[in-house]
Amino acid sequence: MNETVKNTALFALVAVLIIGTGFLQSWNSALFILNFGLISAIMALGVNLQWGFAGLFNVGIMGFVALGGLATVLVSMPPTTDAWAAGGGGVIVALLMGAATIVVTALVIKRMPAGWLRTVIVLALLIGGFFVYRWLFDPAVARIEAVNPASTGYLGGINPGGAAWGWMTLVAWPVGGLLAAGVAWIIGKTALGLRSDYLAIATLGIAEIIIAVMKNEDWLSRGVKNVIGLPRPAPYEIELQSDPAFLERAASLGMDPVTASTIWVKLVYAGLFAVVLVILFVLAQRALHSPWGRMMRAIRDNENASEAMGKDVTARHLQVFILGSAICGIAGAMMTTLDGQLTPGTYQPLRFTFLIWVMVIVGGSGNNLGAVLGGFLIWFLWVQVEPMGLLLMQAITSGMTDGSPLKVHLIESAAHMRLLTMGLVLLLVLRFSPRGLIPER
Amino acid sequence: MDLLNAFVALSNFVLIPAIAYGSQLALGALGVTLIYGILRFSNFAHGDTMAFGTMVTILFTWLFQSWGISLGPLPTALLALPFGILGCMALLLFTDRVVYKFYREQKAKPVILVIVSLGVMFIMNGLVRFIIGPDDQRFADGERFIVSVRTFKEMTGLEEGLAIKTTQGITVITAVIVVAALFWFLNRTRTGKSMRAYSDNEDLALLSGINPERVVMITWMIVAALATVAGVLYGLDKSFKPFTYFQLLLPIFASAIVGGLGSPLGAIAGGFTIAFSEVMVTYAWKKVAGYALPESLAPDGLAQLLSTDYKFAVSFVILLIVLLFRPTGLFAGKSV
Repeated sequence: MNETVKNTALFALVAVLIIGTGFLQSWNSALFILNFGLISAIMALGVNLQWGFAGLFNVGIMGFVALGGLATVLVSMPPTTDAWAAGGGGVIVALLMGAATIVVTALVIKRMPAGWLRTVIVLALLIGGFFVYRWLFDPAVARIEAVNPASTGYLGGINPGGAAWGWMTLVAWPVGGLLAAGVAWIIGKTALGLRSDYLAIATLGIAEIIIAVMKNEDWLSRGVKNVIGLPRPAPYEIELQSDPAFLERAASLGMDPVTASTIWVKLVYAGLFAVVLVILFVLAQRALHSPWGRMMRAIRDNENASEAMGKDVTARHLQVFILGSAICGIAGAMMTTLDGQLTPGTYQPLRFTFLIWVMVIVGGSGNNLGAVLGGFLIWFLWVQVEPMGLLLMQAITSGMTDGSPLKVHLIESAAHMRLLTMGLVLLLVLRFSPRGLIPER
Repeated sequence: MDLLNAFVALSNFVLIPAIAYGSQLALGALGVTLIYGILRFSNFAHGDTMAFGTMVTILFTWLFQSWGISLGPLPTALLALPFGILGCMALLLFTDRVVYKFYREQKAKPVILVIVSLGVMFIMNGLVRFIIGPDDQRFADGERFIVSVRTFKEMTGLEEGLAIKTTQGITVITAVIVVAALFWFLNRTRTGKSMRAYSDNEDLALLSGINPERVVMITWMIVAALATVAGVLYGLDKSFKPFTYFQLLLPIFASAIVGGLGSPLGAIAGGFTIAFSEVMVTYAWKKVAGYALPESLAPDGLAQLLSTDYKFAVSFVILLIVLLFRPTGLFAGKSV
């Protein structure tokens, strides 16, 4: 009973913090924190699956989140017919050719006896394959990117209805999960055999590569030119503001139509995200308390003993790596939906990998409820530390003369307080409550 | 066919930049590898340690510049470097005392220490941005070139020019001096030997009366020096930006792992392997090929294997290949 009371109190605290934001600042910013908090909680669930259940040290979360975002573009945007006509076939042939090269090389490595002949054949296949691939790929890409580069210049998605079919964006969420799972399978196959530190570096590198690909392959998602104006599952504010029924309801609540419409849209998103979070949470909870979950934890605590008991450690690791990454992919797709745009330049490891780690560690690794709590709490801090830091700096510098360089510098630097605070929170929790706020049972 | 010009172009665009970059990576990787060998964890805060040391150096450089002190043709930053190292040492010893020592006494698992270093990374990153801001800072002064393109062309009469930046020269010379001093210290002095003994077998080292806290303290001081030197050289050669230093973590770790974590010699070999492959794969070979090949074979395009933005991908692929075929790196590293 004691534990239930404590957990309820912790969640009540988060609720109070968010509602307090609503009263003190604005309901828009409170709902902003809530929406991103829901997404962060889902990401934290995914990381908790990998680290809390299985002890896998994955610091490539950013990559999977970005893949989810990519899926949103690929599913929800209308196809660019001209670009498809210009080079769509060429790109697909080139990609198939590249994949075939890799498959054939893998087969050669598997089937042929080791020796200099195999090395020569493998090298020839890889180098030859690469040049053929580039020879097919480059002209097709050039043709695609030449199609109206200011607004499209990429292949677009598969949504035939365009902006009118906003519900296609919801389809993108599971697709984001699938895309992330597929990439996680490839990564897991190669990198999961590595020791924990090496796996960490490997995942860190893969995340950077995924971002590099998304920044540079303009034919795929316009790269750093960004895709904006994604169709959305929620109504548009402008439409609401011209809808008489909505205006009437807003007036009866005593709100002006602009605020009412933005809040209503955010509430719609919050409802959608909450449904996803609840579904994933229940699934994760069921998994944790199933024989599978107990096996995962046994593997985490003692790999050798579990292996001796006949558990396939590598296969289970691969499985949980894929599942956790898929959840991060879903969250990434949801986040891009909420933003309404895909901006590869904004993906930074501090924000999308290490912050999620802070959430899991602070909330309590190995406990799903803890991960969700950490997601909300740390996201709240991440958003609110900046205004709080500004207040603090203004208090510190209030005695100084206006316009003194030190005062200007201190107030300008308040924005960087959040990284310091996150590090401090992480270190304090690790030191004084290493199992997190809601420890594993 | 003009092999001489081809070689000059190759040196100008590939060999010299890669040697300079490789020296910087090697110095960074030496720091990572020393921490791994002695303290037995992968320090994710290393990139930000480099940024901190460089920041202190930059602040002192600006101070000296405002006093009108300079080294003539050499960058003033060299004069400020010792102060940067001292500042970095102070920070690292302080972090060790308040953060890492607790976990060392608890004999925490290495992966816990890695997560702790993530926290330290956040704090150092915030600290650097807080003090100097997130923007680009250039602090190189003095003579820009040892050999400029024009003087080289006048001297040799070749069509292709060769430029050696002062910073590139300084990088290589400093790296050689630092590495020589480090190896002399590790192999010849009593303290260095006790460090290697501690790294090889902790229990045996304790039994023979080596003071672990002293070994750890000296390791942090050496790491601070290496990180600051690496960071300042990189900053002089390119420019200083906190985020770039954080991103350097990847090639540095790749270098340390390719060479074999815990092996200083491996870190150097790894640094150059990564640097050369990054530069060579992302360089547009059109010019060199145009000189080296007969006209009929000269390429039409840029002959660039991958665009420069994929340089992280290159270091990572090298890392994976080495790990798949030699799981402990080129110079058999250790594993905890």
